[in-house]
Amino acid sequence: MAIMNGPTDPTTLEVRPRQERTMADIRTRVPEVTPRPHLADQSSGDRKPNEYVPPEPAALTVRDLRFYYGSKQALRDVNLQFPEKKITALIGPSGCGKSTLLRCLNRMNDLIEGARVEGEIEYHGLNLYERGVDPVEVRRRIGMVFQKPNPFPKSIQDNVTFGAKVNGFRGDLDALVERSLRQAALWEEVKGDLKKSGLALSGGQQQRLCIARALAVEPEIILMDEPCSALDPIATLKIEELMRELAEHYTIIIVTHNMQQAARVSDYTAFLLAGEDGAGEVVEYGPTDEIFTNPRDKRTEDYITGRFG
Amino acid sequence: MATAPAPAATETRLQATGGVARRQRLSRWSRYIFLGTSLLGVVALVALGVDTLINGAGRVTPDFFTSYPSRFADQAGLRSSIIGSIWVLSMTMVLVVPIGLGTAVWIEEFAPRNALVGIVKLNLANLAGVPSIIYGILGLAVFVRFLSFGPSILAGALTLFLMILPMTVIAAQEAIRQVPDSIRQGSLALGASKWQTVWGHVLPGALPGMITGVILAMARAAGETAALVMIGAFAFIAYDNTSVRDNFTVIPVQIYNWTTRPQEAFRENAAAGIIVLMSIVLTFNIAAAILRERFRR
Repeated sequence: MAIMNGPTDPTTLEVRPRQERTMADIRTRVPEVTPRPHLADQSSGDRKPNEYVPPEPAALTVRDLRFYYGSKQALRDVNLQFPEKKITALIGPSGCGKSTLLRCLNRMNDLIEGARVEGEIEYHGLNLYERGVDPVEVRRRIGMVFQKPNPFPKSIQDNVTFGAKVNGFRGDLDALVERSLRQAALWEEVKGDLKKSGLALSGGQQQRLCIARALAVEPEIILMDEPCSALDPIATLKIEELMRELAEHYTIIIVTHNMQQAARVSDYTAFLLAGEDGAGEVVEYGPTDEIFTNPRDKRTEDYITGRFG
Repeated sequence: MATAPAPAATETRLQATGGVARRQRLSRWSRYIFLGTSLLGVVALVALGVDTLINGAGRVTPDFFTSYPSRFADQAGLRSSIIGSIWVLSMTMVLVVPIGLGTAVWIEEFAPRNALVGIVKLNLANLAGVPSIIYGILGLAVFVRFLSFGPSILAGALTLFLMILPMTVIAAQEAIRQVPDSIRQGSLALGASKWQTVWGHVLPGALPGMITGVILAMARAAGETAALVMIGAFAFIAYDNTSVRDNFTVIPVQIYNWTTRPQEAFRENAAAGIIVLMSIVLTFNIAAAILRERFRR
């Protein structure tokens, strides 16, 4: 399977008129964010389990992120660096804030009434939560696949082209459909039936259609919120294989309840846990092998061995 | 020797006895009780319909549709009231579709969740229950007198528009709420703007419910009498309407007019008018049902 398109050049996040989507226009850069020293010193042998910094360049860097639903805090001081073109898994028990964290990364939480974010998320030197950053621009670059497959009640073709069309795509739509469906390993199964409703597909196919739909917008990062929780093991395996292929070109961040899945597909794993007050914290972060074979925090060990609670 | 068979314990029986039998009896009766209550309404409707058909069927002739009102019952017809109804209902629809659906989209998709919007929502529900005569008084005061539209088609259409606006908005809101949030999120996550999400996914998904709501509201407007009598549609119109500033009458008002006459022959005209009006309203309702089913697929 050939992946033909790389991500687009993501340098500005300001609102631009949709017709002229060239990168040459206004580039008032949002103020640069300053790196925090405690994340920079990798070598330090006595770093805490949650202070790991991956060696690869960062696609997204979360700094001191706090998230509130109204007066209730859901995330406390999250510091994480998501490496480029790797798969990072967020694991933890229900209610630990991993989905909330994921949704902070493409500003989907903006849609929740009363939600509030403090801290910063750095993306190409820009802070996603700076004033003037348009969430629509953010979501175009940072795509998302949801827990339950949610294809639009339209044809397969329209499902794939919708995102591209709304983002002002002017090229060959048929080629885009084929390329995206191939990337999502769905082309062979649906190529004769592109006019069929997306809802007529099986659950696993629907989820791959949703991935194809996200890829058609040519994002740089793909967020996946328990993408396999509604799927059977065979469909799950297909999605996992697909994720490994996509990781060659895209940064993937996945929330999963399935620890085997995290162990199988991810390169890095962050373990989150809710504190006494219900606010989620990162307990441990590191290469997936280490997290699963040699966790440094007792709570991580308890969770991954199923002795939790 | 094998052990002796165990002494027979109490025999297992699966027939309903005691409490179970009592509950099951009640359950069987309930079916007939509810069937009876449902039939009550149907029987009343059928009786009314048959009575009207017997009285009026003979008067539903081609002439009845093409004649102007007359003081001679056998020469009177619905021509001017049918034309008046078409004028008023068309204008009402032109007003209610964009404004009603626009209001619903704003409330459901764009409005902030604050006290003001809460009051608007509450008011909509209340307004849908206000008697039509009140809208008539409002129309009389505002459109006929204050804006000096007179008892015209314009004033009638504006009054009916106000009357059916709340129910159109509520039906459209309901239809919009039926569109699953996962669809909106899916669209927004692709970098679509709010408006692109509404236009591309919410409106197409809510369309069947919206159309149904508009049609049912129009059926109510088609049968409305009191509000239009109030604004002065109670006129003798012996010409075809050509302008929105014309005086007018509509089918239900014409029927009402005929029922107030002492002569028996006018009662027959009224019955015939009811047959025509009921056919129109029934057609609206059937159209709504067919559209709903077609879009559901």
